[in-house]
Amino acid sequence: MNKRVQHYLGGCVTGVLLLAASLQTAQAGTVKVGAIFAVTGPASFLGGPEARSAEMVVEKINKAGGINGNTIELIVKDSAGSSEKAVSFAKQLIEEDKVVAIIGPSTSGESMAVKKIAEEGKTLLISCAAAEVIVDPVASYVFKTPQKDSFAAQKIFEEMQRLKISTIAIAAGNDGFGKAGKEQLEKMAPTFGIKVAASETYDSKATDLSALVAKLKADPAIGAVINWSVVPAQAIIAKNMRQAGWNVPLFQSHGFGNIKYAEAAGAAAEGIIFPCGRLLIVDSLADNNPQKGLLIQYKSEYEAKYKEDASAFGGYAFDAINMVVAAIKKAGNDRAKVRDAVEGLTKFPGVGGIFSFTPQDHNGLDIDSFAMLTVKDGKFIPYKGQ
Amino acid sequence: MSLDLFFQYLFAGITYGSIYAIVAIGFNIIYNATGIINFAQGEFVMLGGMISISLLQFMPLPLAIAGAVVITMGIGALIEILFIRWLESPSVLRLIIITIGISILLRELALHVWGESIRSLPYFYGNEITTFSLGSVHLSPQVMWVITACAVMVGGLNVFFKGTPIGREMRACAANRTAAMLCGINTRNMVTLSFMLSAGIGALAGCVMSPITYTQYDSGASLAIKGFTVAILGGLGNSMAAVAAGILLGILEAFSVSVVPLAFQDAISIAILLLILFVKPHGLFGSSEAARLKDF
Amino acid sequence: MKRRKNLAIAALCLAAVCVHLLTLLTGTQFYLTQATMAAYYGLVIIGLGALMGYAGQISIGHAGFFAIGGYLAASLTTRNLAVFQETWPLRGLDALNMLKTGQDLSGDLLLTVSPWAACGIAVTTAALIALVIGIPVLKLKGHYLAMATLGFGTIIYRILLASPYFGEADGISEVPGFTLLPAMGTLGPIVVSGDAGLRVVNYYLAWGVLIVGTLLLLNLIGSRVGRALRSLHSSEEAAEAAGIDTSRFKLQVFVLSAVYAAIAGVLLTHFNGGIGPSEASVMKSVRYVALVAVGGMTNLWGTLLMGVGLTFLSLRGVFGTYDDAVFGMILIFVMLFAPEGILSLRLKLFFQKIFLGARS
Repeated sequence: MNKRVQHYLGGCVTGVLLLAASLQTAQAGTVKVGAIFAVTGPASFLGGPEARSAEMVVEKINKAGGINGNTIELIVKDSAGSSEKAVSFAKQLIEEDKVVAIIGPSTSGESMAVKKIAEEGKTLLISCAAAEVIVDPVASYVFKTPQKDSFAAQKIFEEMQRLKISTIAIAAGNDGFGKAGKEQLEKMAPTFGIKVAASETYDSKATDLSALVAKLKADPAIGAVINWSVVPAQAIIAKNMRQAGWNVPLFQSHGFGNIKYAEAAGAAAEGIIFPCGRLLIVDSLADNNPQKGLLIQYKSEYEAKYKEDASAFGGYAFDAINMVVAAIKKAGNDRAKVRDAVEGLTKFPGVGGIFSFTPQDHNGLDIDSFAMLTVKDGKFIPYKGQ
Repeated sequence: MSLDLFFQYLFAGITYGSIYAIVAIGFNIIYNATGIINFAQGEFVMLGGMISISLLQFMPLPLAIAGAVVITMGIGALIEILFIRWLESPSVLRLIIITIGISILLRELALHVWGESIRSLPYFYGNEITTFSLGSVHLSPQVMWVITACAVMVGGLNVFFKGTPIGREMRACAANRTAAMLCGINTRNMVTLSFMLSAGIGALAGCVMSPITYTQYDSGASLAIKGFTVAILGGLGNSMAAVAAGILLGILEAFSVSVVPLAFQDAISIAILLLILFVKPHGLFGSSEAARLKDF
Repeated sequence: MKRRKNLAIAALCLAAVCVHLLTLLTGTQFYLTQATMAAYYGLVIIGLGALMGYAGQISIGHAGFFAIGGYLAASLTTRNLAVFQETWPLRGLDALNMLKTGQDLSGDLLLTVSPWAACGIAVTTAALIALVIGIPVLKLKGHYLAMATLGFGTIIYRILLASPYFGEADGISEVPGFTLLPAMGTLGPIVVSGDAGLRVVNYYLAWGVLIVGTLLLLNLIGSRVGRALRSLHSSEEAAEAAGIDTSRFKLQVFVLSAVYAAIAGVLLTHFNGGIGPSEASVMKSVRYVALVAVGGMTNLWGTLLMGVGLTFLSLRGVFGTYDDAVFGMILIFVMLFAPEGILSLRLKLFFQKIFLGARS
């Protein structure tokens, strides 16, 4: 406590902070977990649900008496999606708050920026961003929960082969999610014998994409479009394609896993095919599915607490905090042991899939973590082919 | 390029352009009355969309839109009264920074009120995939709504500024504040009125474009930048010119897709704008004499 | 007047040392991390302050210059140039001993530009770009000038976001440290990097750069050029009538502020070990303008203190999700009640006594 007071005095911080400090009762039995999410700023549709999900889990655990009698203190830092802030916060959490682990950041750029810091600070980092470079090459303290882009791409290409589509166009948002996906798609398309006729990146804040659609439509060879982004523009491109009377199949990424986007695209969303975790189709899962109980629990708790639909994005953070909790249960308040405990997790059910980490695989998910989904009558349903 | 494709780009460009133009008009009203650029204009557009979407749960669409316009006008007036009205001869730079501050505040407020998820009004006519065809080109009816709203606004404002006593007083106030005051015009009320008017127009713009562009708490800033660009390109203060400049920028962007990667679209279109600005420093349709009177 | 200025600079040096000692005493050295970052942002802000306050020119595109510096330094020191090994620019660099060789993950040749050369290239590029765009841009006035600088910033942002070479949305990470001076005798090397062990060195380095930057600006302001600059802010016509080549002065200050921003960009990028596109965004430029305004446009010390102070708090995440909101509120408050900057409030007399040298 004394030390904490000194920190604040040393920084000449505002009264607001002092108030916050007096409210925090840092008793002996507290385990600190850090979180860096883009709660505001351009990536807020990722960071918002992520922060809320993590807070929900921690609140519930603390209410139930904490872990082995210790309460968890979750320190959420809002990076607003900028890597320089993420860097500053990561250092702060590791050196100053002495957290046992960090969950987040929300975007790939931030995750890459703090990867080295977590590694040097010997603090577990479970990223909620999609890009594979975060865990490839593997850094011993860095993990990630979202499914691999390459699996999503593989799922899509396999479906395309079945539909006998040979030439495609790729559209991606100009954020980290879009970039990582586009790279995977371009890399993997040739191995499936698929030709990428056009590959374009649009602005995350795009208001209309009909010019892009006109350009792509002008090439009669294009048999399908893959769109890869997390921003509202993925609903806009669906609308613009259908408005232009262009009815080739539209594939989306797991970034489409938020019912809000399907609602926004309305009638134009019908028939969109995309790979995603099973959260969105939990009702149609078999009762013996190992994920089912967890998915229902997350969905109902989240929706009851925040009065909004649960999305795959929040699930990334839900999995990350649950892994940290499981590791703390086993290893206590010790950074290295917590890391080892996370690496030792096998058959760990999460929203994203069943995680089994190994020293070589810090994502821990296999291709079965994805199911193919489609939109019918404004609802997500399992895709069964045509 | 086939004729078909040409027309498709053209109409895409007109869609973008009408959205930019409708935002730019709001900038011009306040500029005309006060000589300042209100950087919170984009937030009025966002507020219009957000409020109408929230109201839609309780009332039919036309009422929700009307309600949103009225409420946003109230907010506009409130902002002017709280932050601008009582300042003694503020410098233009000071006003710019205040409006930037207001824009940030409104955006953050919207984040904490409505959250970060996207919303939209339903299409006024038909649904997301309804189109009508002009030859081989398909166009969403909502685009027609935007263009119509744009035309009505420009026409209405022209009549208002040239034909009504209040409009003329506002113009007098813009041309020379002191002289207007000496003629017995309450210049302060005129400024408040201009804020209300541009807030209302922004809100209406936000409603008609919401089905196309969606509404998110931070959609104001990027729209404001485009609107500001268009207002400058046309020549500040001239709403007709803003529409022309908006359509020009939209068409420029649409056609640029055919030659450069989409990712560079903004860089290219803005570079062209800057070149135009260097050659014609007061906008395409602005006169240098008029502009010289208003510089800070 | 000169003595007062020296006194103020000495006070600033002393303050920097005191902050270090204070953190040492209280065991809170981690504050130095953000203090270092804030000092680099402070360099951008005082440069922009000179442009806005003394040359009377607004620029809503300064994040662009910061990003040019940071991104060029980052890309040149990380991107492998081995495939271009035999081309003439690389041979030239090699002849000047400006290349660094190493091995990448798979053991192949990794050829990068040395940080010193990269820094030189980055800052020179920023200066040249400022010169080229400054000539037409500074002819514009008022809102048109604001638009042109905003446009410039947007173009840079878009190019960075669209180019795979600059890492698109992810930016560039794993930027190596920047060895300014190799180890000499018992003295350790001076390296700009985020290593925890080098924190104190980096803290003093950043503040050293900031203090030198301030000193240079103070000299500029006090000189004949500076008096001309101040006349520019009050009345350009009057200055011209007095035979001052206003456009040349404006351009000089514009280039100087761009160089400040670029240097800050280079150093901060090495310190953070990377850079992302958010550093180039319009919001960042607006933030710099706002910080200058909050400090008081013709008050270099106010700009410096407020710029560094608020950036420090923001980087520590003190305002949480209200970061932008608090910031907007401060902006409005200061512009409403203290348009000459926050230091013009009741603290004014106190600070004037100490820092009179910096004021007119």
